[in-house]
Amino acid sequence: MIYRRPPAGTHPPNNSPGYRSTILRHPKQPLVIIPHTMSELTGPVYPYGRIDANDSDLTRQHAGEPLGERIIVQGRVLDEDGRPIPKTLVEVWQANAAGRYAHRVDAHPAPLDPNFSGAGRTLTDDDGRYRFLTIRPGAYPWRNHDNAWRPAHIHFSLFGTSFLSRLITQMYFEGDPLMPHDPVLHSIPDERARQRLVARFDMNVTEPEWALGYTFDIVLRGSNATPMET
Amino acid sequence: MNGLTPFQTLGPFFDFGLVIPNGGIIAEPGAAGRHVSIAGVVRDGVNDTLPDALVEVWQANAVGKYRHPADSRGGDVEAAFYGFGRVVTDENGRFTFNTIVPGRVPGPDGSLQAPHLAIGILARGLLTRLVTRLYFEDEPSNGEDPVLALVPAGRRSTMLARRIDGDQYRFDIKLQGDGETVFFDV
Repeated sequence: MIYRRPPAGTHPPNNSPGYRSTILRHPKQPLVIIPHTMSELTGPVYPYGRIDANDSDLTRQHAGEPLGERIIVQGRVLDEDGRPIPKTLVEVWQANAAGRYAHRVDAHPAPLDPNFSGAGRTLTDDDGRYRFLTIRPGAYPWRNHDNAWRPAHIHFSLFGTSFLSRLITQMYFEGDPLMPHDPVLHSIPDERARQRLVARFDMNVTEPEWALGYTFDIVLRGSNATPMET
Repeated sequence: MNGLTPFQTLGPFFDFGLVIPNGGIIAEPGAAGRHVSIAGVVRDGVNDTLPDALVEVWQANAVGKYRHPADSRGGDVEAAFYGFGRVVTDENGRFTFNTIVPGRVPGPDGSLQAPHLAIGILARGLLTRLVTRLYFEDEPSNGEDPVLALVPAGRRSTMLARRIDGDQYRFDIKLQGDGETVFFDV
């Protein structure tokens, strides 16, 4: 099993001063290149817990329905050679329609929604597909710079097939006018790589009289699904 | 070849999305091996603690076998051993894991690695995952570990968990500045 190094420009540099919180948190010493041993080529395949049906439907986790624009977010989880990654955990979390997180330290003066927690999880199917039903998150202000606003986004966490395929990222929405102003998205040097974080509105996923559809495919590190022999 | 999906930060508001009940328990009491607890603090470049970091651990069991299909050596991994841990730091930047000292696992060219934990750190202000390893300071095989050998000698101590008392170990993570933890390009 061979894992390629990510192409330059794909991932953000940890030192990205446009995103102010990186200034005191990025390592200044050079990273040490290490070989891929059994410790890196294995990883938490299915780390924990039971997954309930409501875990992938963020609109049905409370007594009533959350406010906001109901959306379907779906896609495939693939490796770099386009092979689907089945039965892998996908976790999401997001703000509510007003741009407020159900989190104790979010001080944005926008209303909480008692019918929306904003956290979900699911496993991909045999073709690497996942699907969430949720509401479109709102944009929200932050204090990174004057008049700073985060574009609408959904956070994603994936494990993939090994310690090397672990990914934490954010999904954005096609056409959001805040994207060009966002230093978090623009910490990614390569414009084509940035575009891979933008979910596309998809009429084929949209369900009549019910919900708008977005497609967001995710590509994790890894080029060969064959288990390694020692 | 498909383009990789880029990393983005966790942001500050993640813990309700990523919490695992008892995520700091990597091995239950019934797991084989020497049981230890590992505690530490995550700090930034001015020594402030991080109340919003996610620390993840991946390790082999006491005989050096991973709970993973790619590790086809030997028998099954016992049910009481999970191998994975995930903890959000508390308001003082602290994390604690309860686990066992792993066995040695193969390294490059027929070598054996010293017992170690693979560690990933994610946080607001980190745009990617930082990766390091934890080794045990009182482990005699550290001197022959092929990965430790790649680290400048003067910085290896940042990867050593210190034995505090009995089965208690201390492992602090410093993201930047004096005593900066060694991080890997994997």
